Parts: sequence; C-alpha cells; structure tokens
Amino acid sequence: MSTSRQAAPVVPAPPAPGPKETDGRTARRPLALRLLARPETGVFLGAVAVFVFFLFAAPAVRDGSSMANILYQSSTIGIMALPVALLMIGGEFDLSAGVAVITSALTASMISYQLTMNVWAGVLVALAVSLGAGLLNGWMLVRTGLPSFLVTLGTFLILQGVNLAVTKLITGNVATDDIGDMDGFGQAEAVFASSFGVGGVQVRITVVWWLVFAALATWVLLRTRYGNWIFAVGGNQQSARAVGVPVTFTKVSLFALVGLGAWFVGMHQLFSFNTVQSGEGVGQELIYIAAAVIGGCLLTGGHGSAIGPVFGAFMFGMVQQGIVYAGWNPDWFKAFLGVMLLGATLINLWVRRTATRR
Amino acid sequence: MDRTPRDRSSRSRSRSTTSALAVAAVAALALAGCSSGSGGKKAEESAQGAAAGKASTPRMTVALITHQSPGDTFWDIVRKGAEAAAAKDNIKLVYSADPGAGNQAGLVQNAIDQKVDGIAVTLAKPDALKDAVSRAKVAGIPVVGLNSGVSEWRELGLLEFFGQDETVAGEALGKRLNESGAAKAVCVIQEQGNIGLTQRCDGVRKTFSGDTETLYVNGTDMPSVKSTITAKLKEDDAVDYVVTLGAPFALTAAQSVAEAGSKARIATFDLNKQLTGAIADGRVEFAVDQQPYLQGYLAVDSLWLYENNGNYSGGGEQPVLTGPAFVDKSNVGRVAGFAAKGTR
Repeated sequence: MSTSRQAAPVVPAPPAPGPKETDGRTARRPLALRLLARPETGVFLGAVAVFVFFLFAAPAVRDGSSMANILYQSSTIGIMALPVALLMIGGEFDLSAGVAVITSALTASMISYQLTMNVWAGVLVALAVSLGAGLLNGWMLVRTGLPSFLVTLGTFLILQGVNLAVTKLITGNVATDDIGDMDGFGQAEAVFASSFGVGGVQVRITVVWWLVFAALATWVLLRTRYGNWIFAVGGNQQSARAVGVPVTFTKVSLFALVGLGAWFVGMHQLFSFNTVQSGEGVGQELIYIAAAVIGGCLLTGGHGSAIGPVFGAFMFGMVQQGIVYAGWNPDWFKAFLGVMLLGATLINLWVRRTATRR
Repeated sequence: MDRTPRDRSSRSRSRSTTSALAVAAVAALALAGCSSGSGGKKAEESAQGAAAGKASTPRMTVALITHQSPGDTFWDIVRKGAEAAAAKDNIKLVYSADPGAGNQAGLVQNAIDQKVDGIAVTLAKPDALKDAVSRAKVAGIPVVGLNSGVSEWRELGLLEFFGQDETVAGEALGKRLNESGAAKAVCVIQEQGNIGLTQRCDGVRKTFSGDTETLYVNGTDMPSVKSTITAKLKEDDAVDYVVTLGAPFALTAAQSVAEAGSKARIATFDLNKQLTGAIADGRVEFAVDQQPYLQGYLAVDSLWLYENNGNYSGGGEQPVLTGPAFVDKSNVGRVAGFAAKGTR
C-alpha cells in the first residue's frame, strides 16, 4: 500500500499535453496512465528489463542467432500460452494442456507409421483427436458444473496414462518410431518446423506462427463479438447469461481452442524431432499458465489480453536461455528462473497498482 | 435453472461442430488411399525377440520394482529383459514402478503382502528402501538389486546385484574423451537432482583431462532441451564435446550442434533404436551402453537360479557389472538389429 504511493513519483510524466483539465471528474486520464492500466504494459516493461539485463550480463545474447534461439524457445511456449490465456480470460483453466501436446504428436506419428500412410493423414487425425479432447474438457465442465481444476486434472491424468499405455501397446516401445523418411514429411516439416534466413540468421517458422496467432487472437478479443463473450463469461457468468451471451458455447469452444494449440505445438515437436517419447509434456501446463498470468491475465478470469502472454512467453524464453548464455553456475538454474520470474511479476503488479490507484 | 432459448441454440451449434468433426475424422481415414511409399510399419522387419526354451520348474512369482518415471525408453528395455527371462523360466512377472522413493518402498511392501517368491528392486534412494527390504528378508523372500545402488546393495543385505557403477561408466567415458584429444566437454543433465545422472557427470569430470561443465535442461520439453544446448554452444565456442545422459537427448543435441554451427562432437550414455542410426552415420560419435536388457534379464533369471539351484551370481560378494559397453561405428552394425527391436 504505502510502497505503491511512495513509488508513484517514479512514473514518467505524461508526454502528451492532452486537453485542458477543466473539471477533475471528467478529465481524460493522461496517456501514460491509460497505457499503464493496460494488462500488458507491466509485463512489457518486465520483459524489457529482463532483456536489457541480459544484454549486459550475457554478451552472447547480443548475437542475432542467439536472439533467434531465444525467440524459438519463447514461441513454443507462446503458441500454447495464447489459447491458455483466452481460456483464462474466459474464467477457466486447463491442466491437461502440457500432455495434450504430446497426445497429439503421438497420435499423428502412430497413425502415419502403423498404417503406413502419408503423414498428413496422421496430422488430420491428430487434429480431430486434439479438438475432441478439448471439446470433452469443455463438455464435462458445462455438464457437471465442477471446477475446471478438477475436470482438467482428470483429463491430465487420463491423457498421461493413455499416452504411455497406447504407445506401448501399439509400438511395443514407449517412444514412437521415426517417421522422417515417410511421404509428406517434407511438406509437413516446412509448415510446422522449418526455418528461414533473415540477414544470415536462421529463424524458426514457429516464431512467425506465434506472432500471427497473437495478432489473430488480439483481433478476436478486441474487435469481435466472440471476444466480448470471452470477457463476459470470465467476468460474471450469471450476468453474461442474462444478457444473452452463449456461455456454454463460449466455454466449450475455448477449450477446443486449447486443443487446437496443443495440436499445432505437437506437430511442431513431431516434425522437428521425428519421434516422440510418451512421457514428455508433464509440467509444461504450468509454464503455459505462468506465461499467461505473467502476461497480465487474471487467474479469476474476466481480465487480460492476448499480447500480454506474448511478452510473458518471451520473458520465460529470455530468462531460461539467458542464464545459459550468461554462463552462470547451473546448480542455481531453477532458483535463478524463479527469482527472475517473481521479480518480473512484481514489476508487473506494481505498474498495474500505480496505474489504477491514481 | 432456466435455460434461455439462446442457450439452446448454442447447444445445437456445438452439436453441429461435433458432427463436423466426425466428418473430418472420416475424411482423414479416407486418406488411407494415399499411403506412404517409404518408411512406416511396412518397412519394418518383423523381428522376433530373443526366445529360449521354457523351464519345466514349478511356476514361481517374481516382483520387479523400479524407480522408472513413465514413458522413459530406458526402463522399457529393462522390463523387456525381465519379461524374456520370466517367459523362459516359467515365472509370473509382476512389474511395478514409481519414481518417488516412499512410493517405491510401498510397492515392495505390496509385493511382500502378495507373498511373491522373489523381489528384484532398484536402489535409487537406498535409505528409503532399507526397511522394506529388511521386512522382505524377515518374510523369507530373496531380494536382488539391479541398476542403481552398486555401493549400497551389500549393506542392505541383498543377495546379488546387476548393474553398472555410474561413476565407473562416467570414468570410462572420460578416458575415451582423452583419447580423442577433446579439450572441453559439456555434460547435459536432463533431470536436476537425480543422483545416478550426477554420478555419471562426476565420473567424466574425474578422468577427463580437459574441462567439464554441467548443463541442466528440462527433460520433459524437447524444444527447450534443443534451444538450451544451442545456447550453451553459442555462449562457449571452446566446447568440443557434448555428453548427454540418454539416447533421445543425444539426437536432440545433434540438431543443436548443427544449428549453432558448432564443431562439437557428441557422446552419450544409453542406446535406443534411433541412436544406432545416428552412430552409423556419424552424427553421434559413441554411446556407453549399460545394457539395461541384461540387467532385467539377469535379475529375474538369478532369482530362478537361487530358487532351483541355490546359486549366487557374483558369489554374493561382488556386483555383476553389465556396463560400460561402448557402441561406436565399429560395432554399431552388430547392435543395430537388436536396438531396432527395442531390446538394446
């Protein structure tokens, strides 16, 4: 409380002159404060702080190809963090998001390999399975009225077990077979896992997809009716229903959207590594959720943005790789990661408080 | 609660989405027409596992209890070895696993309650298993150790032990690096705090005359493993060897090396079927194989020998070592066929 008041003078003076303030009540808030009140501003400043910090702490980061590597790491988190954030704005969250990625990759790999089909057949079946898993989550949620924590914890455990058991049953091993020499692999690789040169630096295509999806999600959230529904069901479900928002449709479709994200990231993993181990993915759901929360999405729903999680994921990738670029003692790795994330989140929180207190 | 008409319409909309999905799934299956002309199941040879005759001794039950975490290719091979021995020896094998030491001790107790005829157990956290093992001895059930616990098994009163001394394996790898004239190695640990993995890197550090650095990666997230190794190679271009502690990570490290434009070569612990291909084409230099199949096989088989002929492998004093066995370009051809079946 007192800290935020003390810290208030640090806020930069508003650069915009704005209209003459005649009456205190109707005056437009200064531009800087209006910006500060946006959910993504805090995380943007946090990300800049972390970035600048590592520019000095780790000289290797200044290299263009290092930046491409950091962006790649961020994109694989960020693509999933987007639908996870939308779901969170809609008032729910999904613990099965991490293993769902692996479910999708395993499905595509096994369908293609076991039936000796063009890999695109596997990719499409995996899409159906991923959307199905998302729809199932949403359907169970609206039918039972249980909290999403419980419903998705259930699917998290189910998917984890099914990933292992079905893979073992079908391939006889716990990892899938290499599909690198099969028909269609090259095309699928080009879509999901290729890279291209920009000024001598190899940039992974997932970075482009990440930014495209983020722009799309921002547009949906801010400019479409569906976007309004998301905010409405996350804010207050009862009143949203009362004013005619299709609550059931919105929630179920948001879960399906998470499934779509899991499919995309799963395909990336499959086509960049050719094979998948069935035990992967556990724990990733928390990283996606963290990226969304750091990105300014409230765990309670109704507030957030799509661009915030982009910075949230970038911050994750930056810290995770920055520690390695800096060559710090790796025994402390997780502790560094935790401290940096907490620090960045506190900056985020402070900015939001400062902005809304005025 | 009343349903508004609006709500009902959204319901039918979601139903039509479901049917659209079903159509998509059927369409996907119709794609079966465009089958792949290369690779896939059709290209895989139908291979038979190692099978010997079958013993006519009375049926016995053996419990194999490991600290496997789900979905790890390594443990799958241990289990296959145990199953092969069980099939041969007329043994009913009960397999269970839990990475948590307390839970693993619970599984041992469970086996005692089932009155099995023998227990094979891994000792990743020996202290936690001490009580359970002594209860098994009180119940008159012979217990053998495998894989981890090479320095503790005698103290806990186990009958015999099959495995690799992780430190010795690390030392062997370090010596091999010396022969190749390496100057700086990075040891990649995919699970922070796992004692066996740490011992391997410590072993490398002990014998390797160059520099050894440790790098932690998040083993459950391959894209992050890849970018972290890339980052390390970028940060330090003096690194000329990447040492990974599991086959899938070696293959990922090969991608990192290419991406970072590094000249580093790759050595690894443990094998799997993709890795033999990478060794054959030179992407990975060599692997230290502790022969997990042998560990599972010998542990189960030894309980049968003890029951039916009173034998002790290793004379009850020395561990039976299953590694380190090197697999490199010179012998990968011999091993590849077995690895393809998932037994090496």
